[in-house]
Amino acid sequence: MQKVLIIFAHPALQGSRINRSMIEGIERLKGITFHDLYELYPRSDIDIKHEQKLLLEHQFIIFQHPFYWYSMPPLLKEWIDLVLEHGWAYGSTGKSLAGKKAMSIITTGGKQVSYQNDGFNRYTMTQLLAPMDQTAFLCKMEYFPPYVIHGTHQLSDEEVQIEAEKYKTFIQNVRDQTFNFTTAAKVNPENMNQNSRKK
Amino acid sequence: MSDFYFQAIVYLIAAVISVPLAKKLGLGSVLGYLLAGAAIGPFAFGFIGSEGEDIMHFAEFGVAIMLFLVGLELDLSRLWKMRNSILGFGGTQVIATAALITLIASVVGVDLKSSIAIGFTFSLSSTAIALQILNEKGYMTNDAGVKSFSVLLFQDIAVIPMLALFPLLATIGVASNHSSSASWIAGYPIWVQTMALFASFGIMVTAGRFLLRPILRIVAKTEIRELFTAAALLLVIASAVFMTKMGLSPALGTFMAGILLAGSEYRHELESDIEPFKGLLLGLFFIAVGASLNFQLIGENPGTVASIVFALIFVKFIVMFSLGRIFKMSYDNNIIFSSVLAQGGEFAFVLFSFSVQNGILDQATVAPLIASVAISMAFTPIIMLFNERVILPYIGVPETQKREADKIEEKGSVIIAGFGSFGNIIGRFLRANGVLPTVLDNDPDRVDLLRKLGLKVYYGDATRLDLLKKAGAAKARIIILAMDDPEKNIEIAGHIKKHFPKLTILSRALHRPDAYKLLELGVKHVYRHTLDTSLRVGVDALTLLGNRGFQAHRAAQSFRNRDESALRDLSKLKHDSKDYLNQARQVIRDLEKVMLKEAETKDLFKDIGWDSESLRVDVLKNYPK
Repeated sequence: MQKVLIIFAHPALQGSRINRSMIEGIERLKGITFHDLYELYPRSDIDIKHEQKLLLEHQFIIFQHPFYWYSMPPLLKEWIDLVLEHGWAYGSTGKSLAGKKAMSIITTGGKQVSYQNDGFNRYTMTQLLAPMDQTAFLCKMEYFPPYVIHGTHQLSDEEVQIEAEKYKTFIQNVRDQTFNFTTAAKVNPENMNQNSRKK
Repeated sequence: MSDFYFQAIVYLIAAVISVPLAKKLGLGSVLGYLLAGAAIGPFAFGFIGSEGEDIMHFAEFGVAIMLFLVGLELDLSRLWKMRNSILGFGGTQVIATAALITLIASVVGVDLKSSIAIGFTFSLSSTAIALQILNEKGYMTNDAGVKSFSVLLFQDIAVIPMLALFPLLATIGVASNHSSSASWIAGYPIWVQTMALFASFGIMVTAGRFLLRPILRIVAKTEIRELFTAAALLLVIASAVFMTKMGLSPALGTFMAGILLAGSEYRHELESDIEPFKGLLLGLFFIAVGASLNFQLIGENPGTVASIVFALIFVKFIVMFSLGRIFKMSYDNNIIFSSVLAQGGEFAFVLFSFSVQNGILDQATVAPLIASVAISMAFTPIIMLFNERVILPYIGVPETQKREADKIEEKGSVIIAGFGSFGNIIGRFLRANGVLPTVLDNDPDRVDLLRKLGLKVYYGDATRLDLLKKAGAAKARIIILAMDDPEKNIEIAGHIKKHFPKLTILSRALHRPDAYKLLELGVKHVYRHTLDTSLRVGVDALTLLGNRGFQAHRAAQSFRNRDESALRDLSKLKHDSKDYLNQARQVIRDLEKVMLKEAETKDLFKDIGWDSESLRVDVLKNYPK
């Protein structure tokens, strides 16, 4: 069992069926802290000390956000800029996050096939997430492959429900350390969401 | 009474004709006044007669007022900072000049007692003439100005021991025979008089500390402006009279009153109330000096008077110039410094009559001395003119520009008018971020409280142009109008647009009509004071109702922007409205327009870029599963 921190950033949650369903009731799960950045800091006045304290209290850090323009929403970038201070998170004396684990959970409108070097989006998720990977690396954290829900525009209401349940199961497995990242990577190194539709 | 009017007309005509003429000729106002006085005096055209002496006494009050203003500029901490140049320059100057003059007088054959009195009296320069000239030429802030001021200040203080010690020079019997009926302490033994003098300073300081401020606060609270002016005049006259009754110079009394009020919140207000009186009375003083020039006496002893004048100016110039060299002043500054102070002072008139009263000098000796002092004063503007035209061009230009920063040391680049709940948040915020604003407020209780909290707040009605000037409106970059009364903010904005067009205005407005008026005046930064707070309440209400906090926040930002641009649009339309006078109806009509337009959009605000609805429709239509 490890404590999981979900840093959630969605500027327009009211318009996202999939994300609303995913986080529905999530705060009731034990050992998981759901941290809703846009709700807490609508005016971007991030409380840096509080955020650092939260990070120290958890072993597994999840960044959950929609994939906007192949990147994260602005508040999460601002969060990274301000919270991961030099001398605290990185640099010769910045070892606060050393040894922690991190990963991204992402929803995209495009299908997985489009995130291929010969696809519509020309790059794989792993390639597009290189900045996150390097950020974690600089902070001496272990960065796992992402958990992605692709093609959200085309999901039916039932499929949305199924994805939401799968997601909850996944984070509980992460918490209980019963999810085997190595095995999953052999099946699909691009996505820890195993039986996601690859079409 | 008609005589009084005639006198007034003579003085005013003389001033109105000669001063502009003198300025036009580049001679400066002081010389203009002096010439006017000489022309109308009993010894020339004789428009005014023997009463010239009384006028002189009356006009000496102008010097008293000037010293009050000088005192106001000098709180104790600034005085302390200047201690080296005051004591070094001032002290050495007085002692060296006094010693040299005493020596010369003794050599010429005056007895030692009288020589000492003359030496010390001649060591003083004219604050009135020197400061007026320095101000007019803009030298006050450069090295010459600062050093001159230090010397003058030391001299003004040195008058105290001189007045106290002169009686000791006299033979005691003579002193009581010449007792002046005007003084309360005359006729008592010398040691009682001396004790009384020191006691009177104690009384002044105590009264200044514990009486003046509360009284001024009560007067200020009535909010009748002329009453404050009256109180200010009363204060100046009372301190002058008190000191005179204690046998001292009135100027000394007012200077002390000034220093005691220098740190007070009423400083700017007092300054601007008293300033016009100073100007008029100083003018009168210069005229009186001119009128006192006894051409008859001068004509009878031209040699004596000429040598006294020459000795006076020459010795003082040499002493000042050597001091300037010792203290490493640059040549140009040193020349200005030495010439502007090379004359007898107005205290000489006081000290000479004091000496006569005390039997140190006799009337026959004093008459040519007084004439010489007056002539030396008249020479100063001429010497300065000569310097400026002939000597300085060969040496260099005095550094009027370089030391500009000193001048505005206290005048921050932000002025806040009105320090109520609105202004005080702005003030605290700026202060917390290293900007020290100059604050003007006209609520005496609040000013007092804020000062106790250690803030620099001045009492005064910011709608007054002269007070704005005093607070540094000509130099500041920003003025924040935060008064509670919107009409006042609009009034100040009008003044500023007219007189200080470079100053950026940030103004608070209460309602839409105030905002319209400010926008019409060309004020670009207008803040309706409840807009942001009201919207924050709205945001919290929406969030508590279950909306996303960020969405509510973005909705408020968008609402605010639309409301602000609607305000600016409507302010342009307003000119065409025939119903301009009916403000209440206009407000409702505007609000109606704004709200009806808002009703067209029913949903909560949406950021299109983060909204996937249209994308989803597109995908489902063009890329079916």
